[in-house]
Amino acid sequence: MNDAMVSRRGFVKGSALAGLGVAVAGGGAFSLFGCSSQGEQQTGASEPTESAEQVFWGHCSVNCEGRCSLQLHVKDDEVVWVESDNTGDDEYGNHQIRACLRGRSIRRWINHPDRLSVPMKRVGKRGEGKFEQISWNEAFDMLAENYTRILDEYGPESIWNHYASGVNASNIGSFLSRFINMNGGCLGRYGSYSSAQISAALPYLYGTRAANSNSDIVNSKLVVMFGENSVETKAGGAGPTYHLEQALEQGGAKVIVIDPRYSDTVATRADQWIPIRPGTDAALVDAVAYVLISEDLVDHDFLAKYCIGYDEDSMPESAKGQNKSYKAYIMGEGADAVAKTPAWAEAITGVAADTITELAREIGTAKPCAIYQGKGPQRQSNGEQTARAICMLPVLTGNVGINGGNTGSDLDGFYFSTFSVPTGDNPVETKIATFTWTDAIDHGTDMTKLANGVRGKDKLEVPIKMIFNYAGNTITNQHSDINRTHEILQDESKCEFIVVWDTFLTDSAKYADLLLPDLMPVEQPNFVSNDYAGNMGFIIMGQPVTSPKFERKTLYSVLSEVADRMGMKDEFTEGRDEQAWLEYCYEEARKKDSELPTFEEMLAQGIYRRKDPDGHHVALKDFRDDPEANPLETPSGKIEIYSEALEEIVATWELAEGDIINPLPVYAPGVEGFDDPLRETYPLQMPGYHYKARAHSSYGCIDVLKQAAPQELWINPVDAESRGIADGETVKVYNDRGTVEILAKVTPRILPGVVSMGQGAWHEADMAGDKVDRGGCINTLTSLRPTPLAKANPQHTNLVEVAKL
Amino acid sequence: MSQYGFYFNGPRCTGCKTCELACKDYHDLTPEIAFRNVYEYTGGTWSQSGSLWSDDVYSYYISSACNHCDMPACMANCAQGAISKDQKTGIVTIDAEKCIGCGLCVESCPYGAPKLDAEKNVAVKCDMCADRVAEGLVPVCVEACPLRALEFGEIEELRSKYGDVAAVAPLPDPSETSPNVVMTEPRHAKPIDDKTGALANEIEVA
Repeated sequence: MNDAMVSRRGFVKGSALAGLGVAVAGGGAFSLFGCSSQGEQQTGASEPTESAEQVFWGHCSVNCEGRCSLQLHVKDDEVVWVESDNTGDDEYGNHQIRACLRGRSIRRWINHPDRLSVPMKRVGKRGEGKFEQISWNEAFDMLAENYTRILDEYGPESIWNHYASGVNASNIGSFLSRFINMNGGCLGRYGSYSSAQISAALPYLYGTRAANSNSDIVNSKLVVMFGENSVETKAGGAGPTYHLEQALEQGGAKVIVIDPRYSDTVATRADQWIPIRPGTDAALVDAVAYVLISEDLVDHDFLAKYCIGYDEDSMPESAKGQNKSYKAYIMGEGADAVAKTPAWAEAITGVAADTITELAREIGTAKPCAIYQGKGPQRQSNGEQTARAICMLPVLTGNVGINGGNTGSDLDGFYFSTFSVPTGDNPVETKIATFTWTDAIDHGTDMTKLANGVRGKDKLEVPIKMIFNYAGNTITNQHSDINRTHEILQDESKCEFIVVWDTFLTDSAKYADLLLPDLMPVEQPNFVSNDYAGNMGFIIMGQPVTSPKFERKTLYSVLSEVADRMGMKDEFTEGRDEQAWLEYCYEEARKKDSELPTFEEMLAQGIYRRKDPDGHHVALKDFRDDPEANPLETPSGKIEIYSEALEEIVATWELAEGDIINPLPVYAPGVEGFDDPLRETYPLQMPGYHYKARAHSSYGCIDVLKQAAPQELWINPVDAESRGIADGETVKVYNDRGTVEILAKVTPRILPGVVSMGQGAWHEADMAGDKVDRGGCINTLTSLRPTPLAKANPQHTNLVEVAKL
Repeated sequence: MSQYGFYFNGPRCTGCKTCELACKDYHDLTPEIAFRNVYEYTGGTWSQSGSLWSDDVYSYYISSACNHCDMPACMANCAQGAISKDQKTGIVTIDAEKCIGCGLCVESCPYGAPKLDAEKNVAVKCDMCADRVAEGLVPVCVEACPLRALEFGEIEELRSKYGDVAAVAPLPDPSETSPNVVMTEPRHAKPIDDKTGALANEIEVA
């Protein structure tokens, strides 16, 4: 037995004695009664008069980018336990869609005593969280009146359908877009909080953001993953985690993971961990490219046939003869005259030059080699440059468009038969970047196309005046800089009305003027198709597991009533209830895909699986096979290593100081990065990560998950010691934007100089008082400054200091 | 008689804890009590040369429940005779009627498998989902694992398939109680007498 186990037993012993103390204090007779009462309950449970247990199909579809099957066991109209998929033979390829720890804990969410149960209106100051119960009729009137008034006064561009991902069921959330579009639409949005930077950047290189299915790793010799941690982020049993495990078990590829954290993916899948300073991945790539070029390990045929901008020969006319090629830049012949050697990168990344050289040789000689990135590297202040730069490794080595390779993007999968409620088109063409909605409330009419990424118009003509927020916690908790956001939202003269649907009084819900108690997807007719799921797609069909409890209503029934008050009920409902819409959507899909089971069959079987007929999805395969017949959607039809479109943006956009967009996919220092002078004040870099305890903030209040995966700040022993911090102590993490109090996990699993906390913990602060967040929400510390190209959330780029309390 | 046991496929495990939480759901356990725990074992240090850091960090996870031992320490130490080992299955259970909640089993088990339910004043633990097993099903943790890293069956069959490794750090020496568990060692696994690492998630263990 080792010390750790002794310590564990000591802990248990202490608990046991404490328990005995309680029993004695309660009195012997009382504890005896307790025993006998329990005995009676057990007898009662087996009596034949007890109602039978029923099992209903449902799904967990929070935004982890997995989707999992549930079989909910129900007794007396209450969910009593949760089974997942146990059907079929579970052979890989026809495997079960097993839920992870979160889906397995959904009963605690469904039955939670803190769930919202009645409609309420705000009575305190906005954000105080003070509400008063109202009748549903009052709620319908209040929503219809405010919506009509704001539409009349400011027009549809003042309406904002907020980014939200708590419900990803095909037949549920879309009703809101349908309702808004029928009323003239709303200010559009582009980009997400998940993948805005990579989605904005990669089309300049490839014309699209595309990746192989990660099941295709079975064909790889070497896998190199930048910040990819699907083991933790997409844990469900039919998602990328299981595909990665099977692909490696069967294919045997070597795995190298580059990440500041020794993540669970590193711990359980990697042969080599390369710890790197956050935000410097592109510098590592530049130096790998330097070695590949110097040692002639690049695929010249691929570069010549499929790419422009690699060297002088393939530069576009506008940029010829100016030493602007990728090769010139990397080799030190460009404008900066700096060779991007491993020694150069070592000083930036913290990765030893020898390690970089070895990495380059491995990448250059393994065929095929799969380069993947997670979405962490791109969710940073220089994320667009990083995302595009990582893709240069497969481009240089010709690993694009083939089995066992990848584009360098994040993983993709196989999809079929997706369908949802018809939403109609948004008549408003003006759009802003999703992340900039607080700017659009605060100073919307100052926002322009060239400075702020407004699309469809040169400038915004009206600020956001009303927010519809369905099943999302991105008003504060998942947005950035909660303290500043709180200030903006508290001013009721700016955004005049906020309606929120949710199951809990989340931190975002506290900002509602009208707060409506939602039913969970499993409590209404529900349908979902797979998200990332390797080469086996699936659909899950569920039925309401219990009757609606208290005064909770579906989004659809609420909107139907409001539509009625606005004189458009028939148009909105087309005479259907929720079940009829589910059947309608499904039958529409069956018209296009006759292999699908009948609706009745789906209701009975709950799940339907289909394997990718092509084996594995290989991104850009058509282009690779025949680039003439299948050009990319870039201006040249080729892979644009040098992008004239970006050159044009650099020349015309009004970029803030420190914002860098480079026509080449190369490293650019980021604002608040490791080399920012602000590190003198706030010396630690703090990226977040996606934690197994939650999917973003979903499941964030479930007690068993909080116990099993507590919210902690990872800090290296080197940084902890110098601050006098011991493992398990509460510390404060702070910068100019706010302060978080959180438990310290002193662990060698993180690079010195870097600390990290899981994103999505529930913000818990006295906003009328000290504003110190004792819930451990990273967004107390993140920045509202958008990234250069996507105008998106740099939520992993934060400088902080940590101190003992 | 038969003896059922668990197999833990270490290289597949990601430490996700679905086994632990599925168990908690099925057996309706509170945050304070877990019949299956996932241990994080971590070691390694950092050293600096110039501005460069280097490390030899490693970490792995072990999922462990009651191992329904051949020589159950809990049973041997229960003065009430409340703990018994089923002759047909080898499953070790606690009779809540006989248990007085003294906690001796909790202290004596090297795996920390029995827990004291302070509210009911009885010891409780994994019963291998005996009700499910009686119906021909497998324990809920096994059926739940997204990585298919757990198996259930006759221990002799499991040993013939997977060998007889029953412990890596931070688990105790199997000779103490002869546990009915067999495992494939996870990547980076250390022997039980390892001194380079330590249990790294004690507050998560319940």
